[in-house]
Amino acid sequence: MSHPTLEDAHAKPHIVGPKVYGLILLALLCLTALTTGIAFVNLGVFSPIVAIAIAVIKMTLVILFFMHVKYSSRLVMLTVAAGFFTFLVLITMTLSDYISRAWGLW
Amino acid sequence: MDSQTVAVRQQAEVAHHEGAHPYYLRHHFETVEQQKEAVSFGMWLFLLTEIMFFGGLFMAYLLYRNWYYDAFVSASNTLGIGLGTTNTAVLIVSSFTMAMGVYCAEMRNKRGLLLSLSATILLGLVFLGIKTIEYHDKYTEHHIPGASFSIEDFVHPQDKRDVALAPDVAQHAQIFFFLYFAMTGMHALHMVIGISILFALLYRASKGAYTSGHTSTIDNFGLYWHFVDIVWIFLFPLLYLISRHPLH
Repeated sequence: MSHPTLEDAHAKPHIVGPKVYGLILLALLCLTALTTGIAFVNLGVFSPIVAIAIAVIKMTLVILFFMHVKYSSRLVMLTVAAGFFTFLVLITMTLSDYISRAWGLW
Repeated sequence: MDSQTVAVRQQAEVAHHEGAHPYYLRHHFETVEQQKEAVSFGMWLFLLTEIMFFGGLFMAYLLYRNWYYDAFVSASNTLGIGLGTTNTAVLIVSSFTMAMGVYCAEMRNKRGLLLSLSATILLGLVFLGIKTIEYHDKYTEHHIPGASFSIEDFVHPQDKRDVALAPDVAQHAQIFFFLYFAMTGMHALHMVIGISILFALLYRASKGAYTSGHTSTIDNFGLYWHFVDIVWIFLFPLLYLISRHPLH
């Protein structure tokens, strides 16, 4: 048994085939039909939450498979994660200011 | 320059001329894998700036929808859910054809690559065509914010089930439509730029580029196209879907 070498760390890029792409396409189209269908069901406060949840699932499928992040290096994974973290900072910090701006004024 | 550096450079020159490494490997990279990694890392950094760019628009939408909830609900319900769903499907299929293009480039399949890129261009144009129909509807309905905007549809809704808004509340529908045009317009601009680049890629691919081992350009364009798809995946529910059952 040979030990892993530095060459293995830079292993040949994983080639994703038509089979995987086809399955992901099918899943994305089903989720699109699902999210449109659910829009006509009255879920009250959960309507936007369910719609965003389905969108996040679709995005994850696109990022992992179409954009090959599942098969990419840790550097790329960390970069993608950093992007979403920064975006969430934008949302949370702005909303926390928006919600708390009037505290103590009444 | 010391003698050692000179020697290393000479070696690199010799390797370059003897074809010891692929022609597309730049001198400042050690291996093709390292070059690929750097190129895709750079593309992802660009996409991060794009996340923050669209993020600002999403943030504005979130706040204003919270603020002018009734006007946003009424305005959102004037959008055609059928056209929106069709466009979502069209864009997702175009992402699939682009992914197949990347696969064909890796497999050195020139015919497949040309077909995939052409299909992606076609689907991109169909998306923009449907978007044009939607924009034209907004024009005829006087729903474009500005001097010709009419609050008529919101003060006296055609559908009896819709809530009639007070005139001052109905004015806030303009903010919804301003954000609608800003967000879908910025998305459409990305599509127009993408389709223009696709034509250039198609031309170069027909000359045999990308199918001889050097696929980074196609890979990176694929990342861009999928990113634009992801933006739409969020625009679609936020603009078209989430206001069907308002909380009153």
